[in-house]
Amino acid sequence: MRTHPLGDAALLAELGTRLDTALNTRTIALAAALKKRRDVRQAIAGYASVTVHFDPDQTTYDALTAAIKRLASKRPPMAEPGRLHRIPVVYDGPDMEAVAATLGLSPAKIAEIHARPIYRVFLVGFVPGWAYLGPLPDELELPRRHMPRTKVPAGSVAIAGRQSGIYPLATPGGWHLIGRTSVKLFLPDLDPPCLFRAGDRVKFFAAPA
Amino acid sequence: MDRFALRAANLLVGNEEGAAALECTVSGPQLVALHSCLVAISGSDFDPRINGEAAPTWTGIFLSAGDELTFAGRRSGARAYIAVGGGVAGDRWLGSVSTYMLAERGGMHGRLLAGGDVVSVAGEPSAPAVSGRRLGENLRPDYADHKLRAIAGPHIRRLDAAGRKTLFGSVFKVSRDADRMGYRLEGQGLDASGDELLSFGLVPGAIQVPRSGQPILLMADHQTAGGYPVVATVTSASMPVAAQLLPGNEVSFAEVSIEAALRMRAAQRAALDSLKS
Repeated sequence: MRTHPLGDAALLAELGTRLDTALNTRTIALAAALKKRRDVRQAIAGYASVTVHFDPDQTTYDALTAAIKRLASKRPPMAEPGRLHRIPVVYDGPDMEAVAATLGLSPAKIAEIHARPIYRVFLVGFVPGWAYLGPLPDELELPRRHMPRTKVPAGSVAIAGRQSGIYPLATPGGWHLIGRTSVKLFLPDLDPPCLFRAGDRVKFFAAPA
Repeated sequence: MDRFALRAANLLVGNEEGAAALECTVSGPQLVALHSCLVAISGSDFDPRINGEAAPTWTGIFLSAGDELTFAGRRSGARAYIAVGGGVAGDRWLGSVSTYMLAERGGMHGRLLAGGDVVSVAGEPSAPAVSGRRLGENLRPDYADHKLRAIAGPHIRRLDAAGRKTLFGSVFKVSRDADRMGYRLEGQGLDASGDELLSFGLVPGAIQVPRSGQPILLMADHQTAGGYPVVATVTSASMPVAAQLLPGNEVSFAEVSIEAALRMRAAQRAALDSLKS
């Protein structure tokens, strides 16, 4: 476990650097434990790290690092399997042709590979309703776009690295857009306002245009 | 965006620091007081006028019913704040009255204010309303100093010595892609390439370096998670200055220690606390 400063009132606690379900379960448990502390304002679970916003009037970077190391060494509670969501996708995204060319696969094959696994919701964040899903089959692994788009349409289904996701709102974004879905992920009048929760499972299936 | 200006304006009218207020970007509104009220204008100078006469900024001002508060034009900076004694009433969403336009929630039904809107007062001020209270110029952020203090971030080691010198030495320009989410900066490119990162939680002030090498400074409405390397984070005391930048402005970053950043934070805290007595 390593920590790094994120300015003077936050830090990043890295439990690992691998995309791994067990690591993610420990991460979610650590974030939940940190949220209960008085000196912590917010703890955001990533894939394998927790971003901790703290009150510098109540603690210091070093003291909180020591406390996080103690918490991270504890055995996390058993995680229950999350809810399963089935999401229809029209695989006609604006980056489909470019992704197909880069990977040397046909668009139909990319759709088939993308819809094959049951993904885990590793984290919810970025913008309201966004969920990071993984692991993406390694046949589809690509780095993020060189230059992020300033606006991605809501409902876009995207891939980057070993991850997949759906843009819930029209936002900037640097992932490759391979399809779109009509399912609403951002539900502003519910609390939490998101369809997906960390630990949920997602299955995509190809839908006609 | 400029939390210092928001807090100061609220304290000047006797509110809690985090009460809802109006944020004016680049130009100010034309307001008519329907009832008498105490207001304070902070942040950048948009040349505020009351019934046409120059009005003081960073000062509690009493308005009588019928008084007009207008702004003659921007003289510096990007954002001015108007606080009203009792706070501005608005929709509360996820525990905040802030407007989040992307989701169309909070504030005035999640949208910009428009001509004809009636802005109501939420309640009673928490402290007795006294006009004439003022925050001295020496206690305000130095908005003209565009050298933002920053603390080395989790992925600083991805920059080589020359890259680190570029980050903490060269001048960047705020591009046209600049909003409440963040500012894309233009300047000498930075190479922070390496293995793809797993997405992690972000904070305001984080300086991300995408593969293009042109950094992005995250602001108030930033995404909560992302996977680009974060090479540094602007200190909380410098974020009010960052909030006042506009496209075309030049900006640079000076590396400071956490201890130095906390001293500057404490000085700002003391300036705000001086308004609480």
